[in-house]
Amino acid sequence: MSDPLLRKLSRRNLITTGIAVAAGVSGLAVAARIAQKYGLVPPDHGGIYGLGETLTYASQRLLTRHSFAREFSRSQISKRPFPNEIPPPSDEFKRHQAARFVDWRLSVDGMVARPGSFSLDQLKSYPSHSQITMIQCEEGWSYIAEWIGVPLSQILQAVEVHPQARYVVYYSIDPDWWESIDMADALHPQTFLTYAMNGDELPVGNGGPLRLRVPRQIGYKSVKYITRLTVTDNLKSFGKGLGSAAPEGGYAWYAGI
Amino acid sequence: MPSRHSALVRITHWITTLCFLALLVSGAEIVTSHPRFYWGETGNNLTEPLFKLPIPASRNLVPTGYGYVLPDQNGWSRYLHFQSAWIVVFTGLLYIVSGLVTGHFHRNLLPARCDLSWRAFSTDVVRHLRFQRPSEAEVWSYNLLQRLTYLFVIFILFPFVIWTGLAMSPAFVSAFPAAVNVLGGQQSARTLHFFVSLALVLFLLVHVGMILLAGLWSRMRTMITGRAATPRAAATRPGKTMERT
Repeated sequence: MSDPLLRKLSRRNLITTGIAVAAGVSGLAVAARIAQKYGLVPPDHGGIYGLGETLTYASQRLLTRHSFAREFSRSQISKRPFPNEIPPPSDEFKRHQAARFVDWRLSVDGMVARPGSFSLDQLKSYPSHSQITMIQCEEGWSYIAEWIGVPLSQILQAVEVHPQARYVVYYSIDPDWWESIDMADALHPQTFLTYAMNGDELPVGNGGPLRLRVPRQIGYKSVKYITRLTVTDNLKSFGKGLGSAAPEGGYAWYAGI
Repeated sequence: MPSRHSALVRITHWITTLCFLALLVSGAEIVTSHPRFYWGETGNNLTEPLFKLPIPASRNLVPTGYGYVLPDQNGWSRYLHFQSAWIVVFTGLLYIVSGLVTGHFHRNLLPARCDLSWRAFSTDVVRHLRFQRPSEAEVWSYNLLQRLTYLFVIFILFPFVIWTGLAMSPAFVSAFPAAVNVLGGQQSARTLHFFVSLALVLFLLVHVGMILLAGLWSRMRTMITGRAATPRAAATRPGKTMERT
């Protein structure tokens, strides 16, 4: 009978499978530690979708650390840049709007040597940069515009960010809307504090007076009506510790996909 | 008794099935937030669509003609879509590599040269159109139409649906701009992604239909346990070119 052979085979199979599983598990553990060390784990890595989120963030961060969002020609600028639905403006915002945003300020705090605040005029006193890039919403629609502003990296340089800083948290005047990006995106030359669009003021519908443009990520990371930046090395103490308002509302923190 | 389908084929088949269903449900949810399609780089509610799906939307700015708005399901749908995509990509790679190493493609899927004729092809098409039950020999081997379809799904549709998906990612195309440029733009990639997904759904429907025709329980059992309902010897008769091991 082939029973002993079968038993031997199945024992061998069992051992092989055991070794493979052990190797797989320890391989995953090592990969997780390396990923943590090199900042490849997103703050919303917990839960059942953590695996997919971590794979997306880690692989895209490795692939795109220095890559540039596609830029377009002037003729490709959308004729009518779609102003997405915005929450009803607060009284505070309406007051700013009535005063043509002369008192709008951007405050910068956290892990910086010189915390402070900037008026729009102060931001405009830096050499202005422009990019013709696409903004695409997670819903599926998109438009191309020329975005004009000051690269976030210049402001971070001006306030002297500590070398151990890892994230920049940014807040809208709408208290429900705040986001954060890692330093690779924060220092990226295309990440702009945008105050103008297509050669004109940035319309309120498109985020005026000040919008943080992160063109290598989906539109919801380009928060409108920016009033505050906080530089940090840890996102645990912000909100529910998931990195930003998006994961608290069920959306991914990293939106490069 | 030899297996009709190797353990690896069976496991990757069912993981792919689960992932595909997850991708389908989550993809449908994502589409309802903007059931309009465009060609080129950009498109939004202010531009003319290539076509619209006649369904209500989960966002109130989309002009659908319906008086109501569906609940927003994009958060978990996107999480699930991308996680399933990762798993199906790894599963697919495992399947492709092992298929090349074990000769699975060569032995079971590539048609023999002598079988590749218009006559054989049209005979198979006619048999399918007449909803004829497959012969006993087909328990152990795929017919020509089946082989060509599986090869098309594995090597054309799946790679293309992954490519068009990646071509929508602003970060991915910042590193590989050609991935979207050769498709004609980001909205073209989205529209193509939709059509390739439709082709995969069509395949799924026909695939399930053929299994119902051939015998749901026997084929399911074969794909789960590897055991065929008919012994190989009985299925192999002289004069048949189907058996090619």
